[in-house]
Formats: sequence, C-alpha cells, structure tokens
Amino acid sequence: MDFLELLQMFLSGAWGTIKLFTVALIGSMVLGTILAAMRVSPTPVLRAAASTYINVVRNTPLTLVMFFCAFGLPFLDIRFGSTSSFNSFVYATIALTAYTACFVAETLKSGIATIPVGQAEAARAVGLSFGQTLGQVILPQAFRTVIPPLGSVIIAMLKNTSIASAFNNRELISAMRNAIEVRGDLVIPLLFGTALAYLILALVLGRVFDYLEKKLVIMR
Amino acid sequence: MSAPTQVLFDEPGPKSRRNNVILSIVSALVLLAIAAFVIWKFADAGQLEADKWYPFTFAQIQMVLLQGMIATLKVAVVASVLAMVVGIVFALLRLSNKKVISVPGTIVLEFFRGVPVLLLIFAMFLMFGNDIGPFWSVVFGLTLYNGMVLAEIIRAGILAVPTGQREAAMAIGLRPGQVMSLVLMPQALRAMMPTIIAQIVVLLKDSALGFIVTYQDLLYQVNLIGREYNNLLPTFIVGAVLFIIINMIVAAFARWLESRLQRKTTANTEAEGLSAKIVD
Repeated sequence: MDFLELLQMFLSGAWGTIKLFTVALIGSMVLGTILAAMRVSPTPVLRAAASTYINVVRNTPLTLVMFFCAFGLPFLDIRFGSTSSFNSFVYATIALTAYTACFVAETLKSGIATIPVGQAEAARAVGLSFGQTLGQVILPQAFRTVIPPLGSVIIAMLKNTSIASAFNNRELISAMRNAIEVRGDLVIPLLFGTALAYLILALVLGRVFDYLEKKLVIMR
Repeated sequence: MSAPTQVLFDEPGPKSRRNNVILSIVSALVLLAIAAFVIWKFADAGQLEADKWYPFTFAQIQMVLLQGMIATLKVAVVASVLAMVVGIVFALLRLSNKKVISVPGTIVLEFFRGVPVLLLIFAMFLMFGNDIGPFWSVVFGLTLYNGMVLAEIIRAGILAVPTGQREAAMAIGLRPGQVMSLVLMPQALRAMMPTIIAQIVVLLKDSALGFIVTYQDLLYQVNLIGREYNNLLPTFIVGAVLFIIINMIVAAFARWLESRLQRKTTANTEAEGLSAKIVD
C-alpha cells in the first residue's frame, strides 16, 4: 500500500470524523437548549425530568452510552437504514448527541444565571410570556455569554468522536487502525499523523470560537 | 446569586396556576408515554423476562461483575496518582522562568492535551502493548492526557495565590524550591481541589475505554455476560448503574469538599474564574 492510498484512507477517515462531529454538534445544541429550557421552566415535572436525565447521562461514561446505542438499539429492533455502516453512524451520532447535550445544557444554564435579573423583570413588565422571555431576551444573551466554555465542550466532543471507532463507525481512529493493520512498519508515523489530524481540527475549531468570542461575547 | 429561574416567570395567578397544572399533567403524560414506549420495546425484545435477569442472582456472576468493577477502579486509582505526579511536574515546568524548560514543556502539554485520550491509549497499546500489557497501556494513556489537564489546573492554582505569599516567603529567606513546596503548592492544591476531583471523575469515566484495548474491565465483563446469557441489555443496565453510583459518590465527595474548603483560602475566589474554563 503506497502513500497515496494511505492518504486517501486517512481523508475518508477524517471525513467520517467531521460528519459525525457536525451532525452531533447540531443535535447536541438543539437537545441541550431544550434541556436547559426545561430546567428553568415553570413546570416542576419538566424541571425534574431534565435534571434527572442530565445527572444520569453525565455520570455515565460515553463508552457505555455508545455501547448501549451500538449493541442495545439493534436488540430493541431500532434501525435507521438498510446498510450496517449507516446504522453504526446513526447509533454513534445518537450516543454522542445524548451525552454532549448534558454538558451544553449545564453550560447554558450557568449562562442564564449570569444574565442580570433586570432583563427578565423588564421582559415580564412589558408583558412577555415565559417562552418569549426565554427565547427572545434571555437565551440569545446567554448563548453569547457562554461562547468560551461552550467552545471547551465542543472541542471535548470532537475528541470524543474517537470513541465511535470501537463501535464500527468509520472515522479517523478506525482509519488509523486499518492502516496499521496493512502497514505494521509505519505504526509511529501513522499514530503521529492521526494525532496531527485531531490537533488541526481542534485548532480550526479553537479559531472559530475565538472569532465568535471576539464578535459576540457581551462584556459586563 | 439569586435564583434567576424564579424571575423568568411571575408568581402564578389563578389562571396561570391552572395552566401550570394542565401543562404539568400533559408533560407528565408525554414523559410517561416515552417511558412506556421504552419499556414496551424492552418487553417486545424479550429483555424483561425473568430468565434474563435471573443470572444476576448467581454468586458467580456477581463475582465477575465485582472483578470488573475492581479492575476499572484499579486503572482509575493508579492513573489518578500518576496523573497528579505528571500534573505537578508539568505545572512546574511551565512556570519555570527559563525558556529552555517552559517552552518544550508547553509544547508537550498542548500536544497531549489536544488529542483524544483513546488515541493515547491506542498509541501505548500499539507501541508497547506486548511488553506492558493492556493494563499499563490504559494507565499510561489516561495518565498522559489527564496529567496535562491537571498540570493546567495546578498552574492556574499557583498563579492565583496572592503574590504577597511568595514575597513573604522569599523575605524570610526560603529558597525557591521551598517557596514552591512549602508555601505556594499547598495553597494551590487546596484551592483547586474541587476542580482536581472533577477531573478525576472524568478520568474515572474514561477508564471505561480499557475495554477497547482488551483490558478486562467492567464493560468487558458486561459484554461477556451479556453475550453468554443472551441478556445484553439487562447486563448493560446493571453495569451502568454501578458506574453511575461510583461517579455520583465521587462527585458528591467533590461537592462536600468544595463546601468545606470555601472561604478558607484567599486564592479561592481568583482560582474560581480560572477553574471555570476547564471542562471534560
């Protein structure tokens, strides 16, 4: 296997990582926002449900969550497509989303806590409902406040995509393992190359968040 | 901080109280429906039958699960101790005022902190696995990653100790090593203890990765029992509960420690802002 073939293998692995990362990013943002909204809602049932979910999933290792999705969901006859590779991808995405959403929700909640009380009081005073107060006044500000810690959560998620390699999902680590299987003499360069790929992805993400921070964070 | 959750909505009047009750009932029903669906799915797949759960009454199975749990904890404890050592060493390297020491230290730290911990475990396993076995592969992988994260936490703690402490220590004639080990380090470790424990919880959770490099930990045993008795989901649930209990105990310990240590160190308030940046 020559260099070009190895590179191609790596690029398809990197593409797998980026795909998993992007879908799980969108999913965990949406689910995380919903969970955070539930945690501050006036309905005690929703508050309790959200905090139970967060406490249970946050304290479970991601490996265990993936294990459940990859091995458990097929048992329950929950399938998403005809091919097994697509199924593995969806299972990995669900696990990563379910896990990361907890951290997004916790970060957002701490962001909501930093918004001055006067903002919510003013919103109520002009007659906004809870949903309007949260959606139009509090959450937009909370998101802008928590950009730096949210960046840490998202970069941690990028690194966490690696765990999906153990559950038949095609991404960087699984590409590396395949490459090592055929070119055992190149173990160290292959390991180093994979590490470099993650470092580059993390660097790009870091830059994006630095930019967002400069543009959006509200100084108080 | 006054709880902003109460500010987001008004003290409910009669109409919104009624709406609240309706909303509570509706959301409870929706949640119950979801729970019922999950249980129905489990039952449908035959995972709730007694014979799937019966194996857990066997002493042998309990022993295997216990062994798995001990194996997981063993990795976590050994890696935590080593990671603390690595953390202190690298914190000192980065704080060194000689560029020859601090710059390479920073590069090494950023490298190991920036890659997935699973990659480090694989690297250990693929390069030295034949000599050191899966146990030490997992331990060294976890140590490298978490050691670097701990180094940043400890460094932040040392920087947060008021400068007067260092000046006073130097004024009474302590050598630089003594200033660090007798004055700065104890205060830094104390101020950062909650964050350090939070990172230990992360390490504990990551120790579940051992199963991927054939280390016979809790998850490995769960997989084994689940396939042997064809009860993967019940075994998974038992394993997850064990993990969650351990983590919640450690997390509760961290909270208790935090409440005890509060207001006892001057470095605390400054360190708080720094520690808030460290996640997972």
